[in-house]
Amino acid sequence: MNRIFPLVCLAVFASVPLWLKDPYLLNALITTGIFIIGAMSMNLLLGFTGQLSLGHIAFFGIGAYVSALTSLGYDVPIYGDFHIVHTPWPPIAGFVLAVVISGFCGYMVGKLSFRVRGAYFVIVTISFAEVVRLVALNWVELTQGPLALTNIPSITIGLPGLGYLVLKTKLQNYYLVLAVAAVSYFLISRLVHSHYGRAMRGLMENETLAVSVGIDVTKALTLTAVISAAIAGAAGSLYAHYIRIIDPEVFAFISTVTMVIMVVSGGKGSLAGPVVGGVIFGLLPVLLRPIMAPEAQWITYGLVLIAILFVLPRGIVPALAPKLGFGRPQTKPKPVVMTERTAEEHA
Amino acid sequence: MDQLLQHLVNMLVLGGTYALLGIGLTLIFGIMNVVNFTHGILYTFGAYMMFIVVHQLGLNFFVALPVAIVAGWLLGAAIEITLLRPLRGADIDTTMLVMIGAWIAMQSGALWIWGGVAKSIDNPFPDTPLVIGPVSVSWLRLFVLAAAALLIVIAYSLINLTKLGKAMRATFQDSDTAALMGVNVSWIYTSTFAIGSSLAAAAGALLGPVYVVFPQMGDLAAVKAFAIVILGGLGNITGAVIGGFILALAEELGAGYVSSGYRDAMGFLIIIAVLVFKPTGLFARAERVG
Repeated sequence: MNRIFPLVCLAVFASVPLWLKDPYLLNALITTGIFIIGAMSMNLLLGFTGQLSLGHIAFFGIGAYVSALTSLGYDVPIYGDFHIVHTPWPPIAGFVLAVVISGFCGYMVGKLSFRVRGAYFVIVTISFAEVVRLVALNWVELTQGPLALTNIPSITIGLPGLGYLVLKTKLQNYYLVLAVAAVSYFLISRLVHSHYGRAMRGLMENETLAVSVGIDVTKALTLTAVISAAIAGAAGSLYAHYIRIIDPEVFAFISTVTMVIMVVSGGKGSLAGPVVGGVIFGLLPVLLRPIMAPEAQWITYGLVLIAILFVLPRGIVPALAPKLGFGRPQTKPKPVVMTERTAEEHA
Repeated sequence: MDQLLQHLVNMLVLGGTYALLGIGLTLIFGIMNVVNFTHGILYTFGAYMMFIVVHQLGLNFFVALPVAIVAGWLLGAAIEITLLRPLRGADIDTTMLVMIGAWIAMQSGALWIWGGVAKSIDNPFPDTPLVIGPVSVSWLRLFVLAAAALLIVIAYSLINLTKLGKAMRATFQDSDTAALMGVNVSWIYTSTFAIGSSLAAAAGALLGPVYVVFPQMGDLAAVKAFAIVILGGLGNITGAVIGGFILALAEELGAGYVSSGYRDAMGFLIIIAVLVFKPTGLFARAERVG
């Protein structure tokens, strides 16, 4: 059941454009899907290592800017007459670079900030995101600042024997986002079920004990941060090539909050959590839009977040899954059993 | 040199209000271990209270200031009783997320009620600045500095000289033991949150007339408050005051000699640098959470 269920969900998501023809709703689904990918990457850190990264949008935004700039090209004066000139590359190269560079930023942030935990980690990550936002706003030669990067090309895929396919329509982008989401889900699922995943959960449950049995905490956390940031960067790249215009507002703190809401309401530490929470909170604005002013929507958003934390503090999926007969309850993972061999691997 | 003197004077004015913000947050963060995202909205609230009392009720500027402080105190107490009290014993992430929810709801509420257009508050001071040699400073800013200094002294005496302050300090050191000694810890938390909130409202009420008032004005203020708390060390009032002035100095010098676009980046860079190199704060004491 546990193995088949994600495939059933995938099939259901894949069938959506067959019966849903409304372009506005399809657009909402695509942007929601992009944010769900971001939320899944945040869940990897928050749900499986317990580290709340409130600067997660930085990796998303870096991915968006890297991808956009790679495919648009730039000419940046560095010092005096010395310029860095870059001619446009295909968007798919931008996507790959976005993943790599976001992952590298995840490595740097992880290396620096895992020296502090809890509230301090949260504040370091927020600060990182704000510094990146201010750079995007002020380094006008590179990013155009508040004028935004426009005319970002759509992603083009070269198919052997079929020529090039430009993913311009909503339908094509829907399947692109779905494919990236499915790959991310698969990657995260493999990671958390590997011995690294067990090490991660071990140190979330009891860091002192995890260290004492030989888990290299910094290594496990840094690896998680790299993968999490890389996936967020991929989501950012999809966003840039779908929306086709980005400005420093992509770094807005509220976007991180949106991801947190998706993860926490769906259930942190459960693979399906961000997807369930993401569908609910991604589509909530669509439902509220006809009946409420935008400010009232955000008030509702805040109040719903508070209500969920009061009523379902563990999230929707962990609360409902056992009742519906899915899976083990996620809060009690099997104890980390360290044999001599795995201990050596961690060392 | 003249420019430097001017920057130092500006630093004093800005630093006083930053210190107020920092004291409020260091009390809440230090004593209650709550990452208080509503701190910025209390700052915004204080500024809007000034606006309402001066412009909509038509009362005196000097009446408006205490009204804003008391209103901040009441709103803080209300937040604590409705949202934090039911979550005693919940983990720090849960309370932080609840505070984020409250912040989003209240900020959107401010946007709904007062609109997004920035408002300015009239003040009774003369327009011509006070000029001493190469330095000029407006009378309003001098008043802000004096009022902030007075409030810092009041807060300091409250914590160090009164019975309530003693109970707060005891709760900070060890809440279980404090409870055993007959301190009503739950009410200490409520008082702490209310006092911290009133200080944030005071900072907003003082800086509101200097700049302009708009619903998102508190966002940066909140992060700056976190920078000050981290700089000064958790729960350290003196550290928060010094931290407030250091942040103001860094911002003034950063804006004056580096680039005004990066003025607001100073707080974040300070946070990152302090936490990476000296995570207990510059004026470290043993206590530290996380």
